[in-house]
Amino acid sequence: MNETTAPAPTIERTPAAAAPVARTSRGFGRRFRNPWRKPRFLAGITWLYLAWSILPVAIAVLFSFNSGRSRSTWQGFSLQWWTGDPFNSLWHDPVLHDALIQSFRLSIITMIVAVPLGTLFAIGLDRWRGRVAAGANFAMLLSFVLPEIIIGVALFLFFTNLLKHVVGLGTIPQILGLVTFQISYAVIIVRARLLSIGKGYEEAAMDLGASPTQAVRRVLMPLLYPAIFASFVLVFADSVDDFIIVRYLSGPASSEPLSVKIYAAARASPTPAVNAAATVLLGTTLFAALLGLLVYRIATRGQRGGDAAKEFVSLQV
Amino acid sequence: MPEAEAAVGSRRELEKRRRRAEREARFGAWYPRWYWPSFAAPATIWIAFLFVLPFYVVLSVTFGTVDAIFRNPLPVYQFWWWSGSQFVDTAQRFYGSNAFYQPTLIRTLWYVAVASLLCLVIGYAVAYYVARYGGKRKALFLVLLIAPLWIMYLMRMYAWQSLLTSDGWINDLLMFLHVIGHPVNWLEGKPITVIIGLVYGYIPYMILPIYGQLDRIDKNLLEAGRDLGAGPVRTFVRVTLPLSKQAILAGMIIVTLPMFGDYYTNDLLSGSPKTSMLGNIIDSSVIQPGQGPLAGSLVVLLMVLLLIPMWYYLRSTKRAVEMG
Repeated sequence: MNETTAPAPTIERTPAAAAPVARTSRGFGRRFRNPWRKPRFLAGITWLYLAWSILPVAIAVLFSFNSGRSRSTWQGFSLQWWTGDPFNSLWHDPVLHDALIQSFRLSIITMIVAVPLGTLFAIGLDRWRGRVAAGANFAMLLSFVLPEIIIGVALFLFFTNLLKHVVGLGTIPQILGLVTFQISYAVIIVRARLLSIGKGYEEAAMDLGASPTQAVRRVLMPLLYPAIFASFVLVFADSVDDFIIVRYLSGPASSEPLSVKIYAAARASPTPAVNAAATVLLGTTLFAALLGLLVYRIATRGQRGGDAAKEFVSLQV
Repeated sequence: MPEAEAAVGSRRELEKRRRRAEREARFGAWYPRWYWPSFAAPATIWIAFLFVLPFYVVLSVTFGTVDAIFRNPLPVYQFWWWSGSQFVDTAQRFYGSNAFYQPTLIRTLWYVAVASLLCLVIGYAVAYYVARYGGKRKALFLVLLIAPLWIMYLMRMYAWQSLLTSDGWINDLLMFLHVIGHPVNWLEGKPITVIIGLVYGYIPYMILPIYGQLDRIDKNLLEAGRDLGAGPVRTFVRVTLPLSKQAILAGMIIVTLPMFGDYYTNDLLSGSPKTSMLGNIIDSSVIQPGQGPLAGSLVVLLMVLLLIPMWYYLRSTKRAVEMG
């Protein structure tokens, strides 16, 4: 029996057959023991949980359109915090404006540097054995597992002590730090894909006369494109949202991206302009996720490995 | 003479190919020795300089000295001159007669324990429902479960903070339901706010691995349990639960590791020293000038504290990455 699809209908169909039993039994104990009762309690918890996890964010987005200064009392719809207010709106406040640009600059550069590094590393490590390889693999996985604050503090002490006279805190350390933190995501995604591809295609190419480099470039790379693309999306979304590493490594106020500004504002007296700023980042990451899913689906069409959507989802677990 | 040269060249070429074919026969496809290492080299060098070296600097700062006049940290990069006095100093703040960080440590352990258990109970119920009864809506459920991962953590906390202000909608709702008579200051040092905030922040990371494993359980096993006379509760305890043990452990670790380093949840939802956690001490020591050794020692201590869960997570991640 197909384990994923077939049993579900049998479970759903059985209540009718079991209904008489359920009707004659009385009391909580009997009902609890009935294996075919509808899981109302669990359903309730699940829907409550989903509402709890999504609604606050939706309300925060709604309040970016508030016409008053409050982010907790609704005073009517307006666009003043987006574009209307000539000084404090997201569009006109130079601080928020610059921070948004800094956010995109950091995450785009991080993405462009981290994904190729991680992809090459994943390919190399898949075939390179030895002590150095094992050490590099360990360090890479460690950077994935460590709480971010630890990496942030380590990089902060590194840049403010050893490299004190080489480079000041600001955009360059921020990018170096983000890339260090994000390489492992690309590595893990690409290695998972390498495993599902197997070595067969490459060996076939070389049997047909391709050199190792040709086999990698013409056969392996095209097969890896979906994973590489997924890493681009994930790394971008994750670095736009990052604020722990970036905050420790930011120098002058102009080098603080939007996430850091939001953190600072949330602790002071935030206006709905902060909601608007957060909404922009939210829209960006959701757009990236959607784009990622679509392209992943198109790129893996007709390949082995099954459902693309499922695979893309499983990348994030 | 070009022809002769070409002939010699091709003979050499042939010889080369013959040798390569021999090695290929022995090792499968043949590559130069440096071939695969050169792929991994750039990232390896990057990691060595920007990940391994910074941790050496952390140790140099932690076990270094402090400028006698300005109290600036003076890192000592020669490990044979390292001294443990700064580190012992910090460690004594956690244990002994003058242990003023000890309450924070105990509080952190409590908060993380309660929050991660709540994550487990709620998360397991949700994952179980979606895996077993999701039916046609499974894809929708999955999208909704994953969505929080794509939303900035800060924004989720900020959203929650806005609802909890004294004129916020949570107070309105509770007053409407007559649970409370007057608005409560949820954001001023309430442990329950911080704990629920932690649950809110990290529970998606608990649900997804558990869902993944529950979804893979062969339904025939459950039916077999039932056919052999076990009720739903017995089937759950004897079949489902043991089969999801590993995911529970993984989820607990994935959730607790960042909670131990968390300072932002606390900052946004309480900001009071009454609820501060280890992450808050580290964060405030990093920001203050001249507290490098303190920050370094705290980071080293936190890593020691997290050694066992990290080791386990590392091992299982490694296995997952290498086995697929």
